Amino acid sequence: MQRIVFAVLLGFSGAALAEGGMLQKECSSCHNITGPVAQTLKEAFAKQGPDLSYAGNKYRQEWIVSWLQKPERIRPAGMYYGDHIKVGAKSDEIDPSTLKDHVALSKADATAVAAELMKLKPHDDLIAKERIEPGSIIKQMGEMNFDKFWGCMACHLIEPEYGGLSGPEMYTAAKRLQPQFIASFIRNPQAWEPKTWMPNKQVSEGSIQKFVQYLDLLSKESANAK
Amino acid sequence: MQNKLAFISFLAAFFLATLSAHAQAKEAAADNYKAYCVQCHGLEGNGKGVNIRDMSVQPRDHTDAKAMSGRSDDLLFKAIKEGGASISKSVLMPPWGATLSDEEIKDLVQYLRTLCKCQFGT
Repeated sequence: MQRIVFAVLLGFSGAALAEGGMLQKECSSCHNITGPVAQTLKEAFAKQGPDLSYAGNKYRQEWIVSWLQKPERIRPAGMYYGDHIKVGAKSDEIDPSTLKDHVALSKADATAVAAELMKLKPHDDLIAKERIEPGSIIKQMGEMNFDKFWGCMACHLIEPEYGGLSGPEMYTAAKRLQPQFIASFIRNPQAWEPKTWMPNKQVSEGSIQKFVQYLDLLSKESANAK
Repeated sequence: MQNKLAFISFLAAFFLATLSAHAQAKEAAADNYKAYCVQCHGLEGNGKGVNIRDMSVQPRDHTDAKAMSGRSDDLLFKAIKEGGASISKSVLMPPWGATLSDEEIKDLVQYLRTLCKCQFGT
């Protein structure tokens, strides 16, 4: 019996994870680890979690480590929102009973998984094209850009109780994502995910820089702390 | 003989690969609607999507025959491809021209006509 327990423990140990064991087994049951990304809507509808095959180009390592230990939902309506909404009295509503929580990992496992994920960098070319200019923006200006000029609030929350629900929340974006990825994804979402629900709004260079600054500002507000 | 067989199999494989690539290239209008339109225009196409709570302008009700018959197919095509602002409507309706092919947008326009059960000018 002791031997079995030991074997099970060994199976989930940091040593095994360091070799990418958990990524290939547990994580890959819901996430695409190896690429290519979804090329058809059928594949996109079937996604159970974000594509991680370019995780090293996308996420901040320290955020992965902390999030995996205390995972909280980032997309209010799940991965493909259509599977998690129902017709409601005033409008379509999220059906929470259909949403599944992400498993929480130990610190050692989260650290090992994050290190493996950061090796997945198929799009260094896209990242290398981005230059993030130093600068800041006042909140009202950033919000006007986001909500009124570009209409991003249609699908994204800019604070826990304001904005759309089908896309990922934006008030934690700068904590989660590398600034070059934010810029590149706004510039050409389809270069990363051909079937993404995110449209290419032909955003100008200046506005892309302002979005990066605005998201940075949002993620530092204590009201949005998560 | 063997070479000829190998060549024929190569040609057949190439033909099938090309065929499947094309078959995948174009999505059905109902699927495109489900992927990109439902989030704002709703599961029932009535403009009551999951995103509308904080919107300053409400999305078009695609089942509204009166309003939809007042819009030509060309105008609907332009709104989908270039966004609401291109037809002096809301920026909350984004341009889908980088997501959908012209052919897919044409199919979507026809799909909208099935939702409103209407044609332009009727």
